[in-house]
Amino acid sequence: MNRIEHHPILTFPEKRTLTFYFDGKALSGKEGDTIASALHAAGVRVLGHHFKSHRPRGFYCAIGNCSSCLMVVNGVPNVRVCVEQLEEGMDVRSQNDKGVLP
Amino acid sequence: MRDVPLLIIGAGPAGLSAAYRAAEAGCDVLLLERAKKIGGQLVKQTHKFFGSEKQFASTRGIHIVDILAGRTKDLPGKVEILTDATVLGIYEDGVVTADIAGTIEKIRPQAVIVATGAYERTLAFPGNDLPGVYGAGAVQTLMNEYGIKPGDQVLMVGAGNIGLIVSYQLMQAGVKVKAVIDAADRIGGYLVHASKIRRAGVPILVRHTVEAALGDSEVEQAVIVEIDDEWQPIKETRQVLDVDVICVAVGLSPLADLLYQAGAKSFYISPLGGHVPLRDQNMMTTLENIYIAGDVAGIEEASSAMVEGELAGVAAAQKLGYETPDTDQLKESCLAELRQLRAGPTGGKIRTGLALAGVYS
Repeated sequence: MNRIEHHPILTFPEKRTLTFYFDGKALSGKEGDTIASALHAAGVRVLGHHFKSHRPRGFYCAIGNCSSCLMVVNGVPNVRVCVEQLEEGMDVRSQNDKGVLP
Repeated sequence: MRDVPLLIIGAGPAGLSAAYRAAEAGCDVLLLERAKKIGGQLVKQTHKFFGSEKQFASTRGIHIVDILAGRTKDLPGKVEILTDATVLGIYEDGVVTADIAGTIEKIRPQAVIVATGAYERTLAFPGNDLPGVYGAGAVQTLMNEYGIKPGDQVLMVGAGNIGLIVSYQLMQAGVKVKAVIDAADRIGGYLVHASKIRRAGVPILVRHTVEAALGDSEVEQAVIVEIDDEWQPIKETRQVLDVDVICVAVGLSPLADLLYQAGAKSFYISPLGGHVPLRDQNMMTTLENIYIAGDVAGIEEASSAMVEGELAGVAAAQKLGYETPDTDQLKESCLAELRQLRAGPTGGKIRTGLALAGVYS
């Protein structure tokens, strides 16, 4: 488990568990998570592959600046998952191309 | 079309401070924040601030947000804050477009204060695109906002204040910091932070750089090496560390895209972090009634961002005709506070940068 349980300054109250799907596989995150934080907590760091070099991509800045974390969310490509709130039942998929708008 | 006297872009320390001072003078303010909550990067600063009491020294950043937001209430001018609101462009006719919770809206402000902050720089080395190479701010966000450990074993690249503070925060979260390295020949951050980390047994290696991140699909190892006076690697000092995170804390650059788009004159000024829009003593750019404040005006600390915000807020309100008997005195005291914050050896870089930008305070 990658969640912090004890911290000298911060408290992280227990939050509702949300189920979502990563490339079709059911995973769980917490209410208040972004998609990226929920994936990271579930041990997923590779969010997709570069459309040209096919090298693995993860997030870099986590605040919506760098666009390294683009994924397909509920069928919509190029979503910056580091700033997109996780919702119950979300369909999150790795993005390996430039994406086609629905 | 929404008509507002003053539009402020970014609700971090600079934007919130600007809103407070402008509304205090009687000017209505629309404050747009692209994130889903206000505070900018203060929301992940769990450490106590340095500086003077006026900038909330010894208060943790996470608590300063509430103080700044609280000050924008019950003032002669009204401050309306919208989150999930990303400004898209500033046009010649003065119209600003924004994506507000998924709807494109047009705003016609009489003056704008751009307080968009900064973005994290990265470092060029083989494997720097592997998942697990994270900016120091990203590591803070993950830990301090979402309560998630970025990994188990971390190499910190950069021994400036951010590198040192985030190393300590990693330890507080129960994550092992293998080493802190910096290519410079000395520790750049405050020694009080460095001592805390060293006391906990984490080596701080100066004159060291990261040569590569290794791993098939994620970071598994980091190669570090000592460098000589010409900044060339000394091969026999090469070490391979087993780490799953390489945290990059090599500085920030102003997030000034909106100002380039609007046509504000800017220059590359290395000590200020990159391309910086020029401004006058009142924080106004080369564009009439467009102001800047905070890291977008040159990378400094949150304390100076707050003061610059106050200065821009007072000045923009004054330009629009909202004045109080204290206005000029307030501007003077902001300038004096900035001079004080930038005094001493740690402010040398910023003083050099501001002089290059033609700002003499």
